[in-house]
Amino acid sequence: MFRILKKQPLNPTVTLMKIEAPAVAKKANPGQFIILRTDECGERIPLTIADYDTSEGSVTIIFQVVGATTEKLNHLNEGDCLHDFVGPLGKATNTEGKKKVAVVGGGVGCAIAYPVAKKFHSLGTVVHTIAGFRTKDLVILEKEFEDASTRFVKMSDDGTWGEKGLVTDALRALIESGEQYDEVITIGPLPMMKFVCKLTKEYGIPTVASMNPIMIDGTGMCGCCRLTVGGEMKFACVDGPEFDGHLIDFDEAIARSSMYRPFERKAHEEACNLFKKEVE
Amino acid sequence: MPNMNPKKNPMPSQDPAVRRRNFGEVALGYTKEMAIDEAERCLNCKNMPCVSGCPVGIEIPKFIQKVKTGEFEEAYRIITEASSLPAVCGRVCPQETQCEGKCVRGIKGEPVGIGRLERFVADYHNAQPGVHAEPVTSNGHKVAVIGSGPAGLTCAGDLARKGYQVTVFEALHTAGGVLVYGIPEFRLPKAIVAREIETLKELGVKIDVNTVVGRTVSIRELMEEEGFEAVFIGSGAGLPRFMKIPGENLKGVYSANEFLTRVNLMKSYLPDSATPIQQAKKVVVVGGGNVAMDAARSAMRLGAEEVSIVYRRSLDELPARREEVEHAMEEGVEFRLLNNPTEILGDETGFVRGVRVIKMELGEPDASGRRSPVEIPGSEYELECDCVIIAIGTSPNPLIKSTTSGLEVNRRGGIVTEEATGRTSLARVYAGGDAVTGAATVILAMGAGKAAAKAIDEDLNQ
Repeated sequence: MFRILKKQPLNPTVTLMKIEAPAVAKKANPGQFIILRTDECGERIPLTIADYDTSEGSVTIIFQVVGATTEKLNHLNEGDCLHDFVGPLGKATNTEGKKKVAVVGGGVGCAIAYPVAKKFHSLGTVVHTIAGFRTKDLVILEKEFEDASTRFVKMSDDGTWGEKGLVTDALRALIESGEQYDEVITIGPLPMMKFVCKLTKEYGIPTVASMNPIMIDGTGMCGCCRLTVGGEMKFACVDGPEFDGHLIDFDEAIARSSMYRPFERKAHEEACNLFKKEVE
Repeated sequence: MPNMNPKKNPMPSQDPAVRRRNFGEVALGYTKEMAIDEAERCLNCKNMPCVSGCPVGIEIPKFIQKVKTGEFEEAYRIITEASSLPAVCGRVCPQETQCEGKCVRGIKGEPVGIGRLERFVADYHNAQPGVHAEPVTSNGHKVAVIGSGPAGLTCAGDLARKGYQVTVFEALHTAGGVLVYGIPEFRLPKAIVAREIETLKELGVKIDVNTVVGRTVSIRELMEEEGFEAVFIGSGAGLPRFMKIPGENLKGVYSANEFLTRVNLMKSYLPDSATPIQQAKKVVVVGGGNVAMDAARSAMRLGAEEVSIVYRRSLDELPARREEVEHAMEEGVEFRLLNNPTEILGDETGFVRGVRVIKMELGEPDASGRRSPVEIPGSEYELECDCVIIAIGTSPNPLIKSTTSGLEVNRRGGIVTEEATGRTSLARVYAGGDAVTGAATVILAMGAGKAAAKAIDEDLNQ
């Protein structure tokens, strides 16, 4: 079984959990993900690995409560077990041979941007991190990013944390000021990644985007996570999850991500009602 | 005197009008009396043509003689000498092209219902209280099996019966491979698969779920660090194929693998399952194999008003088992034969609204010997639907190949093996089933698992 070793709320809707999974921890690398089920009737959801500790045999995940499964997950506590936890899946981030990179994270996507920044930083790469949140209350991993970045730029939609504006504003300003990046790595909401990629294309900077589509098996069997990259069909679980951001058809990916939205909303409401009843 | 009735005892089945809306098993199985009566139809031929048609070589006339005399447990013992999964094979084997296809009774009438008898015997055995497989004394050799589908389970079962310590590694959270994620409940109840797997566990087989070989652990690590002396790869066909026509990434387009996995493995048809599936009204399934039939009949059971199979050749070329085609027709699935989709059409919200289809005619025979379909110019039409399921096959999963240096694959991505033994380009590494052949049948995968088990036993005892 996969025991929850640590549970820590990072903001009102985002939680960090450290899971006991030695086999996964042993093989994990930044950019890879796991699939978990909370219980026997649970759905399989992919979550990117936020951190891992080989000696402790643990894998850290950070998730935002968005649907029924993440709601259920958030109701588990330290000492409880997850029913299933499999990984590491997908290809790891290619961190080799880069002197200077910009890591651009948005919202809960910063949870995935962090291990990437940390890995680059540990290899001696100059890392400029740009993190964006809607507002100060939603900020996660501030201290961690500071430690893992050569330069850390904070952005918020309402100006309550760092500068007011979008991550693309900050990235453009850095590029315009003469910073030259070997690569930009972007992880966050699909529209944000779309515009980061659009911007870097203008400047001809190689860019990698980490995709997180709907998945079931995560081993290439079901084809649910397919997306179009450079006119070709790719499976995020085996070909990715990172792809050349200039070649991804983001509009299609955005459309596909909404396939089950009405179902998810209803399931989430039902899960919330169920937990409320338990409290009463 | 044998029973000379030219027809098989009919299989008791759920009424089509009822079963098309439920997931209960379609065929209900013979009674003892029916089984004995059917067994009486066997002529017990000396040259046993039926056995030559069985990929795992079950001694068919021998077990049928035991059914005749009511010695069902003895019949079970004879079957399991050759087959690890009798309750499964009795249900899903394409008997018409295998054992029953060779049956002498089939020349002037219907062949003996060998599959139905096999199923009866296995179900009879499994229904007895307190039956357990006998544990075997360990011979001290450790073997790893990758994948818990029909190839892997057969290989594991055969080796365990010989005393090997076998660990099966499964990527998903439940063992069974295509038997649990692919073949639907109404054709192969999951409790039957679980029972067969339980038997293997009683024999000492260990099953590690949630383990993706190639990611969680590599073949090299299994052999060098974990002490496995041989590895059998039965990882299945993997990647679903698409048609490469416009619109395949619209919402409402599924690969058959995804659709069936949501239904079968994730049980999305049950109210307490957290896995969603589209509640489609008009479903188009592209393809003509067993998987296409399974997808179409599952869609019907999920409540679709109309389900059509679109297949580019004619009825004679449909690769699905005859019985599945008949069952699908009885349940109201419409067959649009000699039709081929050219484009999937979407609405303004990105959901499927229809398929553009062109009519076909049969031309000259192609490399496979089948007459190849040719488009009829100007015959295109639009078929309205809100869901499209692509069931045109799969290609081998590249995961193990890409993480195992020295493992040779062919240009289609299938692992290269010596057919009779499953030996690969790596010493003490064997492979079989869809990972080698691309999408084929349960029984062929079992045959390959069996052959590899024999080779492993020989190689480790040199």
